[in-house]
Amino acid sequence: MARALNRALRDALADDPDVHLLGEDIGALGGVFRVTDGLTAEFGEDRCTDTPLAEAGILGTATGMAMYGLRPVVEMQFDAFAYPAFEQLVSHVSRMRNRTRGALPLPLTVRVPYGGGIGGVEHHSDSSETYYMATPGLHVVTPATVADAYGLLRQAIASDDPVIFLEPKRLYWSKGELAPGGGAVEPFGRAVVRRAGADATLITYGPALPVCLEAAEAARARGLDVGVLDLRTLVPFDDETVCAEVRRTGRAVVVHEAAGFAGPGAEIAARVSERCFHHLRAPVLRVTGLDIPYPPPLLEHHHLPDAARVLDAVARLQWDLV
Amino acid sequence: MTVSDLTVAQPPTPSPDEEPFRLLGTTPPDPGLWPRLYRALVRGRRFNTQATALTRQGRLAVYPSSTGQEACQVAAGLALGPRDWLFPSYRDTLAAVTRGLDPVAVLGLLRGDWHTGYDPRAARVAPLCTPLATQLPHAVGLAHAARLRGDDVAVLGLVGDGGTSEGDFHEALNFAAVWRAPVVFLVQNNGWAISVPLAKQTAAPSIAHKAVGYGMPGRLVDGNDAPAVHHVLTEALRRARSGGGPTLVEALTYRIDAHTNADDATRYRDEAEVAAWRARDPLARLEQELRRHGLLTDAAEAEARADAERLAATLREALGRDPELAPGDLFAHVYAAPTPHLREQAAAFAAGTGVAGTSAAGTGVTGTGHGRAGAGAGS
Ligand SMILES: Cc1ncc(C[n+]2csc(CCOP(=O)(O)OP(=O)(O)O)c2C)c(N)n1
Repeated sequence: MARALNRALRDALADDPDVHLLGEDIGALGGVFRVTDGLTAEFGEDRCTDTPLAEAGILGTATGMAMYGLRPVVEMQFDAFAYPAFEQLVSHVSRMRNRTRGALPLPLTVRVPYGGGIGGVEHHSDSSETYYMATPGLHVVTPATVADAYGLLRQAIASDDPVIFLEPKRLYWSKGELAPGGGAVEPFGRAVVRRAGADATLITYGPALPVCLEAAEAARARGLDVGVLDLRTLVPFDDETVCAEVRRTGRAVVVHEAAGFAGPGAEIAARVSERCFHHLRAPVLRVTGLDIPYPPPLLEHHHLPDAARVLDAVARLQWDLV
Repeated sequence: MTVSDLTVAQPPTPSPDEEPFRLLGTTPPDPGLWPRLYRALVRGRRFNTQATALTRQGRLAVYPSSTGQEACQVAAGLALGPRDWLFPSYRDTLAAVTRGLDPVAVLGLLRGDWHTGYDPRAARVAPLCTPLATQLPHAVGLAHAARLRGDDVAVLGLVGDGGTSEGDFHEALNFAAVWRAPVVFLVQNNGWAISVPLAKQTAAPSIAHKAVGYGMPGRLVDGNDAPAVHHVLTEALRRARSGGGPTLVEALTYRIDAHTNADDATRYRDEAEVAAWRARDPLARLEQELRRHGLLTDAAEAEARADAERLAATLREALGRDPELAPGDLFAHVYAAPTPHLREQAAAFAAGTGVAGTSAAGTGVTGTGHGRAGAGAGS
C-alpha cells in the first residue's frame, strides 16, 4: 500500500505543477513509512519539502499556500502528532470555504497514518477519525486496499475541498494489484461490497477490513452467510449502498478501531436505524476499540477488534428470531 | 558564549562569541564531581547498549538511544537537587536513571507494558514525553506553582533541536520569562531531528540566541563535556531557585546511533560526520582528562565498569521475562470513578461476552512477547 500511495503522489506531482508536498522527514528519508520515497530527488525540494518540526506551522502554511491557489499535500508523521495542528484544522481549514461564502475554497490534503497493530509506543496508534468526522467542512477518507490507496489519494488531491486522508498504518505493508498506469481515480462517497452475504452485513473501513473479511470467512464455516461492506469514505457517507445492503440482510455490525462511545459506529448505527428500521431483524451492533486511552503495545490486541470479537457480535444478532 | 549580555537594542543578528562553554582541558578537575560524572557516563553508555540489544531480542518495543549524548543526560540528572523536577522527552531515559529512577521502570514506555512505569510525583520526574515539546509548558506551570507555594524547587525541561520548532516550545519559553518561573530549558542539539538537519530547522545563528527574544539568558555549552554541561545547568538552576528566572541552555552534541532502532540513518547522513563526532566521544574525553590528572586509576575504572555491568544484568534479567499483565487493568485509571458505560464494558470484557464496543476474551492472561506486524517506526 505504501508504494501505491507513493505512486499516487508521484503521478499527482507530475500531472499538476501546483501540487506540493510538505512534512517532517519526507525528503531524504522518504517519510518514516517511505510513502514519499524518491519524490524530492525527482521533483526537487520545492515540490517535496522537509519542513521544520511543527505541525501547526505545516498545516497553517499549507493553508496559506492553498489560499494562493496551490494544492498542498501535508504529511502528519503519526496520528497523535497531528493534534498540534487541530487549531488550524478546526478554526480555518474546515471552514474557510464557508466563512468566505465560497470565495476561498481550500484544496488541500492532510495525510495521516492512523491506527494501531504495529506495536507502536504511546501516541503512535490513535484512531482520530471521530474528531475529523465531527468537524463540518472536511472530507474524511480511508483506503483499505492497494487500489483504493492510489485511487482515493488521487481524488483527494484533485478535490477542491480539504481532505483528511487516513492511512491505516498496519496495511502499509499489505500487497495488492496496481494497474500499470496507476489505476482508476476513485470518487468519494461510494462504499464497496467486498464480500456479498445474505444473512448479515459487516460495515467497516480501513484497518478493520481484513479483520471483517476473516470473520466473514469464519462465519461461513458456521453456516452463516455474512457480507462485508467497505465504506472507503466516512465523509461523505454512502447511505445508499449501506442501506441497500442492510435492507437485504436485516442485520448489521459496525466494526472499527476507534473507541465506541460517541464513535463513528454511533453515527452509522443511528443512520441505519433511521433509514432501515422496518427491515432490521436485530439492533445494529458495534465492535470497536475499548473506551480507554490507547493502551500500550503489549495490551493493544485486547483493544483492537479481532475476528473473534466480530464473530461474537455476529452470534448476538438475534438469530433465534429467524 | 553567553547570550545573556545581549540586549534587544543590538542588531537583528547578534554576533556573540559563538564558542561553546567548555571545561575539559581548560580547568583542573573537581575531584568530588568529575569522577561521579565519569561513573554515570560509563553506566549510561552501558544502559544504551543494553537497551538497544533488548530491542533486537524483541524485549523493548523501540529504543531511542542517547549514545553520544550521555554527557547531557548525566549532567541533567546530577545537576538537579532533591526537590527539583525533571521533564524528559522520550530520549531522556538516562537523565531519569541518573536522577535516581528505577532503570527498569524508566523503560516501561519503551517496553510497552504501561505508558509510565513509575510515580512521577515520588520520583520528581514527569512521564517520558513523546509528542515533542508538549512537556515544556507543563514544566513551566509546575515551576510557577512551586513558586506560588513558596517552595524552593527548580525545574529542568529537556527538548531536542527539532522540538524547538514546535509552538509549545515558544509558548513555554515566553510564559517562563514573563512569569520569571524557576525553570531551565536544556536543548540537546544533536544535529538532527530524525532525518532533518539543524539548518532546515532554524535559521538562527544558534538555538541559544533565541533566548534573547524571550527575555532570558541563553547559554551555549559543549554538550560532550559533562563537567561543562553540569556546571552551566547547576548555575542556571541555582539562578532559577533564587528568583532569577528561566535560562535557555543549548548543548552541542551528536546522536551517534540512528534515531531509534527502527530508523536507517544511512539514508540521510554521512559516515564521515559520525566518525568526526565519535572522535569527540564524551566518555573517552572525560576519561582521558581524569587520567591526565591522576583522578582515574585502573581500579576505579574497573569498578565503574563492574557497576555498569551490574546495571546491564539487572535490565537483562528484568526485561528478559514477559511482564505480568492483567488485561482487566485496561479499564483502571481512566477516570477516578468509572463511568457507567465503562463499567459495563469492563464487566463484559471480564466475562468474555459482548456489549456495544466490546466482546472480548478473558482475564489474567500474561504478556505474550512482542509479536509485531511491521517495522514500527516508533519515533
Ligand atoms: C508533535 C510531534 N511531532 C512529530 C513527532 C515524531 N518525531 C519523533 S522524534 C522526531 C524528531 C525529534 O528530533 P529532536 O527534537 O531533535 O530530538 P532527537 O530525536 O534528535 O533527540 C519526530 C519528528 C513527535 N514525536 N511529536
